[in-house]
Amino acid sequence: MYKALEDLIREEQSSGIPFWKLVQKDDCKEQNKSEEQSFQEMQYIYRSMRSSFEEYDAKLLSASGLVGGEGARLQKWREAGKMVSGEFISSVMEKALKISESNACMKRIVAAPTAGSCGVVAAVFLGIQEKEQISEEKMAEALYVAAGIGGVIASRAFLSGAAGGCQAEIGSASAMAAGGLVYLLGGDAEGIANAAALALKNLLGLACDPVAGLVEVPCVKRNVMGAVNSITSAELTMAGIRSKIPPDEVIDAMRSIGRGMSEEIRETGKGGLAGTQTGIHYRESMSQSW
Amino acid sequence: MNLLDIIGPVMVGPSSSHTAGAVKIGNICRKLLGDTIKSAEIFFHGSFQTTGKGHGTDKAIVAGLLGCAVDDIRIPDSFELAARQGLEFRIRGIDLGEAHPNSVKINLTGVTGKKLEIIAASIGGGRIQIHEIDGLTVNFSGDYPTLIVQNLDQPGHIMDVTSMLAHKSVNIAEMQLYRENRGGNAVMVIECDQEVPKDSIKWLEHLEGIIKVTYLSLAEEEAHV
Repeated sequence: MYKALEDLIREEQSSGIPFWKLVQKDDCKEQNKSEEQSFQEMQYIYRSMRSSFEEYDAKLLSASGLVGGEGARLQKWREAGKMVSGEFISSVMEKALKISESNACMKRIVAAPTAGSCGVVAAVFLGIQEKEQISEEKMAEALYVAAGIGGVIASRAFLSGAAGGCQAEIGSASAMAAGGLVYLLGGDAEGIANAAALALKNLLGLACDPVAGLVEVPCVKRNVMGAVNSITSAELTMAGIRSKIPPDEVIDAMRSIGRGMSEEIRETGKGGLAGTQTGIHYRESMSQSW
Repeated sequence: MNLLDIIGPVMVGPSSSHTAGAVKIGNICRKLLGDTIKSAEIFFHGSFQTTGKGHGTDKAIVAGLLGCAVDDIRIPDSFELAARQGLEFRIRGIDLGEAHPNSVKINLTGVTGKKLEIIAASIGGGRIQIHEIDGLTVNFSGDYPTLIVQNLDQPGHIMDVTSMLAHKSVNIAEMQLYRENRGGNAVMVIECDQEVPKDSIKWLEHLEGIIKVTYLSLAEEEAHV
């Protein structure tokens, strides 16, 4: 697994092999797997992402009753022409909300990188494919791009809220989606890494403070934010705007911030929103212990 | 780390540690028992106890005991599935002291009377660790075919087992040895690169000084439920 986005940029520039292919080759070597098999698995992952959106059921409620039905509400609002965001962003928001709600309601999703952040990459990718009529093969390639970014983050920092707060989950997911989106819009490795850096910078310091310790509040709605943040990061990148801090250093900053976070805001369900009067009230009203 | 651990797995939500990891623990317990499960006593510790209902950890463990994979859409309905399959289970809380916060203790009884007690933990990202078998400390992930031999703590048993493995061309990836006290009960945990033949496991079971042999096979088909 690559330990620096800088390495991927340099290799793409020197060999002419695209970012996604470098990531694929590296993994196939490590897992002793054929590139063909690997590609088929990635296509299956993409189809599963689509199902996780299409199988949304507005009638479902999460175990706590705090999550459910809001994706349908947003869809209604969008279809009524009420959203000012424009078609693409509106549709991505709806997808992120629905997929993430499905996760909270025990439906099948693709963890990317985690179950709690499953709505970010999937929503952005499904949305851009719909808008630009991109082939399934190209979408699978973009998934390698996203996974490559996630792999670098995993080796330099972390991908779980328990280890590094929500910045490590939604932050990483947003960086992965931003890089993948830049690839789909025609960007190269340098652009991919830059978009990942811009996205992650915006979410540095984000606490993991789930109410009652459940992957519901605020996780579901943060997926929507993470998806939209990846789009703005990709747009800035495609316009030629660059992060003043290099991508790998941004990831290192995420690690050092995560290391300094108190346990209260690392998925323990104690601090932050979980520790508010209302958060505690929700927890106590659930009587979820044995 | 595998690329498909970063984009993936495809799983039933909401949590890789509290749901997918719990399904895996259930599955490994089922395979280790090596018998159709008749009844299960499930004890949740720590975060599994306090947030398990909200994360569907209870349904996930039962689904795993029934042989469901982490992406099986029947996981939310596993209690009904268990009722149809005749699997009895009881779930309670427990304090396992310093154990990992996402730990569970499971006591299983099989239809042929086999018994097994396991403590396992879900350590993040859907990965798990088995920490105790029948009260003896062990430490393995379930990612390899794993042979667990309980024996009397006396000379020669390690050679019995390892020479059998050599004879069957099974390479040892990792091996751990534990004992309660000198001359008491001991356990060896051997993670292998290849599957151990069934006949060889039977042969081991009949050796003098061998108390119990438990085997985790990865080749076995997922149970049809």
